[in-house]
Amino acid sequence: MRVDYVTGNTAIALGSIAAGLRFYAGYPITPTSDIFEFLARELPKRGGYVVQFEDEIASINAAIGASWACAKSMTATSGPGFSLMVEALSLAVITETPVVVVYVMRTGPSTGVPTRSGQYDVLQATYGFHGGLVVPVLAPATPQEAFDLTVRAFNVSEKLRTPVVLLSDATIAHTYGRVVVREPGEVEVVERAKPSVPPEKYRPYDPGEGLVPPMACFGEGYNVLVESLTHDERGYYAPRSDVQRRLMWRLYRKIVESAPELFDYGAAYLDGCDVALVSYGSTSLSTLVAAKILRSEGYRACSIRLRTLFPVYEEGIRRLLNGVGKVFVVENNVGLYYRELRGVLRGSEVVSVPIIDLDLPQPREVVEVVKQWL
Amino acid sequence: MAVAHPLDRYLRTDRLPTMWCPGCGLGILLGCILRALDRRIREGSLRRENVGFAGGIGCSARMTLYPYFDSAHVIHGRAIPFALGVKIVKPEMKMIVVGGDGDIAAIGGNHILHAIRRNADLVVIMANNMIYGMTGGQQAPTTPRGLYTTTTPYGNPEREINIVKLAAALGANYVARGSVTHTPLLEQMIYKALGKRGLAFVEVLSTCPELFGRHIGFRSPVDLYSELRKRVVVKTRPSVEESDYSWERGFVIGEFVDRDEPGFIEVLQEYTSRARGGAG
Ligand SMILES: Cc1ncc(C[n+]2csc(CCOP(=O)(O)OP(=O)(O)O)c2C)c(N)n1
Ligand code: SF4
Repeated sequence: MRVDYVTGNTAIALGSIAAGLRFYAGYPITPTSDIFEFLARELPKRGGYVVQFEDEIASINAAIGASWACAKSMTATSGPGFSLMVEALSLAVITETPVVVVYVMRTGPSTGVPTRSGQYDVLQATYGFHGGLVVPVLAPATPQEAFDLTVRAFNVSEKLRTPVVLLSDATIAHTYGRVVVREPGEVEVVERAKPSVPPEKYRPYDPGEGLVPPMACFGEGYNVLVESLTHDERGYYAPRSDVQRRLMWRLYRKIVESAPELFDYGAAYLDGCDVALVSYGSTSLSTLVAAKILRSEGYRACSIRLRTLFPVYEEGIRRLLNGVGKVFVVENNVGLYYRELRGVLRGSEVVSVPIIDLDLPQPREVVEVVKQWL
Repeated sequence: MAVAHPLDRYLRTDRLPTMWCPGCGLGILLGCILRALDRRIREGSLRRENVGFAGGIGCSARMTLYPYFDSAHVIHGRAIPFALGVKIVKPEMKMIVVGGDGDIAAIGGNHILHAIRRNADLVVIMANNMIYGMTGGQQAPTTPRGLYTTTTPYGNPEREINIVKLAAALGANYVARGSVTHTPLLEQMIYKALGKRGLAFVEVLSTCPELFGRHIGFRSPVDLYSELRKRVVVKTRPSVEESDYSWERGFVIGEFVDRDEPGFIEVLQEYTSRARGGAG
């Protein structure tokens, strides 16, 4: 363990090493390339591989392949690249492949302002791929959180056999902060469950008593089947409603029922809070200051930053905001995650505070908008 | 379990019959692949648990459903990066990519190009039935100019891809074109490909009686098979310049390239070991 002063991007790279990353596949894109470059220097020293592929499609598919050879795998990208990856992420969902995708948001749509920040892609990160299932999305706000949540992203992906999106943005990417860096062996690391039956008895999509099937890898003699078609427990194509139902509900439940365990947030001034400023990622740095200003002006304001954006733990969020008079959802986009929370907090007063800024929304601006509603 | 056929031990027999139409050439190709593997496994040059298949989407890619090995049936065009991901972290694996001409030469075109450029240690078998079979007979990059497809009803206006030239130009260690009409030769090519380091590319002319033959006047599988056989020209060690791919002039089959340059994986490992303070 050591204390370092690093950017959010470097913290992600360090976190991935601590979590046991063995394969990074990437295609350069601002503002993620320094994750790639850092790992290209450091990972080979630890026996891992870093390869630049011909595009993001190849990168994510190679990461999925490597995961099926039992190597913890990761790729990092931004909006344009993530858009190319979504077909393969759907593959990772149905084949239940652990893989971590770092999504460093920049200003969009399209090429937008490649070097600057925004939170436009918060819904794409989980709803972007076909098939209508949710993948976990974790959102750090500081370099320390970037480190910690990267480790967590790997653990969740291994435990639930799912792709996990670590959603950062250009501001966090290049903001320096103090980070407690832990080495491999100094953090809790979860490994995917391995089959306990002999190869003849192994069924790659049989979850047994639970919801997550043990995973054998290529080269272990288990004759695994990676199947993108709707499949039964053996991995055999089965175009039948009963099989589709069983598969869909299991894939859905294994994520959604983990919501309580995955729920994670940070809060300030929660005591007696009547005006809650809810945000995530870099914007929560602004809302923290905004809440402080409001407090100093006599409002009973608090700041809550969500570190798990999906799956949405509805009950947890309701309990957290129970008794709060007004909830303001502050984000650097046209008001996207607000739609999630509005549904969860039916009956409470929920106000969208969308502030579009190439950097951080200014706390003063947040305060001004909020005060119009008080 | 009673073994009805010598290749049964390499098949998921509970999945048979295959999904292919009666008379489809793909079953012949599967037989050749399994026989070539059988020879390698018997002679001890390949371990069964180190053989893996990967295919994209298409009738040809469904080849991956039947062999009783580690196998991946992934998404359209992306089997090559999947297989390379496996291979990089588990170099002992012999990864065999099987796909159609659409899967590998159209949507997967960028991946095959760069896999060959890298001389990536993969065996890539491209089943070329000159059409998109699975989706119903649309134009493929391999469809000979002038022929009817459902998306070129007035005749295909495009030039065909000669992927042998592409593979040779970009430096694959092994480049061959075989045909399901000439099985001993095809089996030998695959056998050889399985023993190569670097990228081994085998294009396989195959018959799709259902959606190619039927539309161009060769309705029965035997007719199409015979027609293809007539148009295939077998050459011994032809040069790349001789690799004609033409409905009129014929389809030249043979081994065009056979060299032994270091493959991507060993070079990557060497460079990676430098980081660990090894030589270099
Ligand atoms: C991204 C995407 N686009 C399109 C399709 C539909 N599709 C499935 S197979 C195929 C082409 C099949 O042709 P080929 O690869 O030549 O294989 P064949 O069926 O002829 O063996 C297409 C276009 C798909 N599955 N995914
Ligand atoms: S459609 Fe053509 S390629 Fe596909 S199985 Fe039938 S005959 Fe074979």
